[in-house]
Amino acid sequence: MSQALKIEQLRKTYAGGVEALKGVDLKVEQGEFFALLGPNGAGKSTLIGILTGLVNKSSGKVRVFEEDLDVSPERVKAQLGVMTQELNFNIFESCWNTVNFQAGYYGIDWKEASRRTEQLLRDLELWDKAQQPVRNLSGGMKRRLMLARALVHDPKVLILDEPTAGLDIELRRSLWVYLQKRNEAGLTIILTTHYLEEAEALCNRVAIIDQGVILRDAPTRDLLGQLKKQTFVLELAESGPVPADDEEIQYREVDELTLEADVSHGITMNEVFERLGRSQVKVQSMRTKANRLEELFIDLVGKKSKGLTV
Amino acid sequence: MNAHRLYIAWLTLTRKEVMRVLRIWTQTLLPPAITMGIYFVVFGAFLGGQIRQIENYPYIQFILPGLVMMTCITNSFSNVASSFFSAKFMRHIEEMLVSPMPDWIMVTGFVAGGIVRGVICGVIVALVGLFFTKIPVFNVFIIMFYLLASASLFSLAGLLNALVARKFDDISIVPTFVLTPLTYFAGTFYSIKMLPPTWKTLTLANPIFYMVDGFRYGFLGIHDASLLVGVVLLTVLNLLGLAVSMHMVKKGVGLRS
Repeated sequence: MSQALKIEQLRKTYAGGVEALKGVDLKVEQGEFFALLGPNGAGKSTLIGILTGLVNKSSGKVRVFEEDLDVSPERVKAQLGVMTQELNFNIFESCWNTVNFQAGYYGIDWKEASRRTEQLLRDLELWDKAQQPVRNLSGGMKRRLMLARALVHDPKVLILDEPTAGLDIELRRSLWVYLQKRNEAGLTIILTTHYLEEAEALCNRVAIIDQGVILRDAPTRDLLGQLKKQTFVLELAESGPVPADDEEIQYREVDELTLEADVSHGITMNEVFERLGRSQVKVQSMRTKANRLEELFIDLVGKKSKGLTV
Repeated sequence: MNAHRLYIAWLTLTRKEVMRVLRIWTQTLLPPAITMGIYFVVFGAFLGGQIRQIENYPYIQFILPGLVMMTCITNSFSNVASSFFSAKFMRHIEEMLVSPMPDWIMVTGFVAGGIVRGVICGVIVALVGLFFTKIPVFNVFIIMFYLLASASLFSLAGLLNALVARKFDDISIVPTFVLTPLTYFAGTFYSIKMLPPTWKTLTLANPIFYMVDGFRYGFLGIHDASLLVGVVLLTVLNLLGLAVSMHMVKKGVGLRS
């Protein structure tokens, strides 16, 4: 399997002196669904901006399928599809033209461009809006149109900067399904997101970046295996005394009918319920307080990020 | 990108720009027809008869080439300045920046859009002028050269303005404070032979004067200044404008952080 992306000692210092990236090294294998996580201002968008030609790097090397960004930027760009965080449409242009023109910028002839545009608009359920100006679309439709535009030249690597920001759960999930299908078909996807649940559900590898430095870069499964504990919220059937803590489970009373339990890594749910049963605690329902990756993220970054969605 | 793909990319951008001009025709094509129609009524029908002939041509025939040129350059400039700055402002310029389209395709695509609007507006004004006077044609190649080279130069100027502009006000400063005075003092409404020496010298330092003068020569076969200076000046300024635009886009001035 070849390397889709290789970044070496990437640095970016903005004109005002802000050092957004401090020597980032990163590798993404072909076919991976890769997540880049970090709090606001961590350097995610700067890194993606450099990859896509929207930000000039200060130093370092970027290679996409062995093509050097400094030597052949056009070849690098031809292999990337980009969906930026901010909406960047001509709102007066029709959906059809928005996607079709993008294909033209990549040198795809009009017949083929039209075929791909129709296919993508149909796949992303925008076909009935094809001749509508972009300004008439809802937020979710605009996001899907951005995705169609990013895919129209059939890129080898798709870069998604906060693709589901502001979308309702139903739309977010439908977009996940679509992206998973494209990934299974061989598309390498690099994702930045605030929704850590998204990264956990979709990505087979995760890198965590903070203050321009990669703190951790590992397969998602390995990262989750490093979790020391996970917090569950227990809704009780009836009130009663708080069970006694032990080395592996600690309890906190939230209110009369709600408990939080910090459960150490390696303890099964069967064991948790067995201990609760011994303490005469009747559990009505149970949920995780935060997703597992989020706990690891907070642990690594060492703070509750303002941009974090719980 | 191979030559065929480059051609498609350039054609796509140019087509997009031309479609924009046609889509908003009430803002791009109609105003010059109305404004210049008023000029023809006032200076041709109302005042024209009171003004003596210039170089043996009726006044309205003398000013017509200058009005066409004035329309062409202001519309070329404003087309590229507003289209490019809007693309920056709404960030859809990123559609091009993330693509493998080379910088020169982007520059020449926007410039082509500006030339098309400038030429269409110029032709519209000439057609309106036909309601008021006959338009003699002395040399069609001279007319084409001056029209296209001037439209190209001011399209490049509009692009440079849009690149450095940070807000919409910044793209109205040049037309208001630079372009309008220069076009009015470019010998559109008079021959510089009628001017006192100081004003004559100042007019000779105005590049738009050479465009109006050479363009008028194409229609009427008369000129006030050296045609060679006009041709060389237009060629050099176009090449300079292209080189500076290319350099600025490559550096990402106003485009990349």
